[in-house]
Amino acid sequence: MVLKVVDLGVARGGVPVLEGVNFAAAPGEAVVLTGPNGVGKTTLLRTLAGLQPPYSGRIILPDAEAIAYAGHADGIKAVLSVNENLRFWARVHGQADIADAVARFGLGELAARRAGGLSAGQKRRLGLARLAVTGRPIWVLDEPTVSLDKQSVDLFGAAVRAHLASGGTAVFASHIDMGFDVRVVDLTPFRARATVSRDYDEVFL
Amino acid sequence: MASIWEYANPKKFTATAERLLPVLAVLAVVALATGLIWGFFFTPDDYRQGSTVKIIYLHVPSALMAINTWLMMLAASLIWLIRRHHVSALAARAAAPVGAVMTVIALLTGAIWGQPMWGTWWAWDPRLTSFLILFLFYLGYIALWSAIENDDTAADLTSVLCIVGSVFALLSRYAVNFWNQGLHQGASLSLDKEKNVADVFYHPLLLCIAGFVLLFVALVLLRTVTEIRARRTRALLARERMA
Amino acid sequence: MIALFIRDVRLAVRAGGGFGLGLAFFLIVVVLVPFALGPETALLSRIAPGVLWIGALLACLLSLDRIFALDFEDGTLDLIATSPLPLEGVCAAKALAHWVTTGLPLVVAAPVLGVLLSLPAAGYPWLVVSLLVGTPALSVIGTFGAALTVGIKRGGLLLSLLVLPLYVPTLIFGAEVARAGAGDLAVETPLVLLAAVTCVTIALLPFASAAVLRMNLR
Repeated sequence: MVLKVVDLGVARGGVPVLEGVNFAAAPGEAVVLTGPNGVGKTTLLRTLAGLQPPYSGRIILPDAEAIAYAGHADGIKAVLSVNENLRFWARVHGQADIADAVARFGLGELAARRAGGLSAGQKRRLGLARLAVTGRPIWVLDEPTVSLDKQSVDLFGAAVRAHLASGGTAVFASHIDMGFDVRVVDLTPFRARATVSRDYDEVFL
Repeated sequence: MASIWEYANPKKFTATAERLLPVLAVLAVVALATGLIWGFFFTPDDYRQGSTVKIIYLHVPSALMAINTWLMMLAASLIWLIRRHHVSALAARAAAPVGAVMTVIALLTGAIWGQPMWGTWWAWDPRLTSFLILFLFYLGYIALWSAIENDDTAADLTSVLCIVGSVFALLSRYAVNFWNQGLHQGASLSLDKEKNVADVFYHPLLLCIAGFVLLFVALVLLRTVTEIRARRTRALLARERMA
Repeated sequence: MIALFIRDVRLAVRAGGGFGLGLAFFLIVVVLVPFALGPETALLSRIAPGVLWIGALLACLLSLDRIFALDFEDGTLDLIATSPLPLEGVCAAKALAHWVTTGLPLVVAAPVLGVLLSLPAAGYPWLVVSLLVGTPALSVIGTFGAALTVGIKRGGLLLSLLVLPLYVPTLIFGAEVARAGAGDLAVETPLVLLAAVTCVTIALLPFASAAVLRMNLR
């Protein structure tokens, strides 16, 4: 289950933002993407998740349905309980068991609560627990630690470590240190060059 | 031989369009002026309809263009979805307001004609109703274009709307026919010569139609070039913000 | 997909707005008509089929933007798009959920409101049949409109502008069935055409909806 990114370019709103990005992530590895705001981390992650096509280059995946994506928003329904939320995602992904994910993210006591009543950090934990119930090996996470306190960050770190130990992979954008070994890929050098020519073509640049 | 797709390059398209524009504009004015003057002043009055019949020289060409503009937008949308040529999408966008105006002209001249002929400005006749519905489709299409910020997404969405809209416009046409049989006369023009309007009216009418077609092409070219320039400006600004 | 359908129905029931609002709106529209046109029974019973169809159509329109907008805002739509569910199926499931929570209650409520407008006795069965056959098309077409406008802030008005012209064939044939039924005329032709429109929209539009949804998520 090796994820390979070859000469990848991504575009936002039809304008290329990153080009020539290369990295690979083997089972058990975590890759952290860094770079200033607006460099294109979110765009790159959405492209990895298959939500938008690459502008150039390739993403090589062993299996088209290997990636579990978690964006800025958690996709939690306020009027459903924690259990109902998780069970829905488990069913969508053809998984039966949610007990493991509930335990791993410390949601046991909250299971019957309405998700609307959770704190921001608890919601984030629920959003991340959703990844565990997808049963997919490659996690693609966009700023997963936003609005988590120290304890929850540790909980998250432990969950990612457990996922890596069981042969999973993780690619995420983050600014803070997770407390375990990760490969850092700085996106700043891959910014698309500002080519503006008089002979503009199909992209109007 | 040069492929027609070369003109899908915005730069090449702009250059060619700008060379063609003055020629087309002059031709359109000449054809329209000759056709209308000939039609208005040098044709006899109809023995039943009197001089009111002469509004045909505005009504028929605009009605033709109202429908053909939508067909052109449909073709351009398909080209965009299949071959991803931006110029095609922008041409569809440029044509929509022209088509909407043509529809309004057809409806207005129809109302002015209908008043003395049928004794009413408006009747829920199938043809009239279909044109009204067509106008609503134009409005929706234009509104969708202007509501979406991302140009490529807007092009994609409006293209699909154009295709789906075409199917529903056709459905509506038959539904409306079923709903009410109308007052409107049959087609004014057809290849089957027997049913055509008389020759005295026919020749100036053809000239007017040619004038409307030329006017349409000139307007769409002009608006497409404008859209291309606006698009390039936006792309350059976006790039500047990023750097 | 079944999970998605069950979730959508459950959300509509718990959050309110699904059953309640549409029905209340339908009721109010129908109640307002006699105020505008006068209480004369003969007139009301003549226009009842059309008014009930217009009311149902507007009530249906009211809840369309909820089909995708909420899921788009909280990120669910992104996650569903990356899940194994085919988006075509997602659109079909969402349209079905919308019909069950909006269209079906309208069908059930229509005869009751028919009494208020003194619909002729012969019209009741055909009113129900026409709505039963026609409202699924309203939901499927509406889902397409909702998918088109999902990324637009305050897209509700635009949604109506886009969807209402698409409703024309369904409205014409549906109201014709109800009208012919109330007048003891033959209903077969419009009913068959209405069913045809519904079948075609159900068969084709989920694909268009999925396509525009993909474009909107890019």
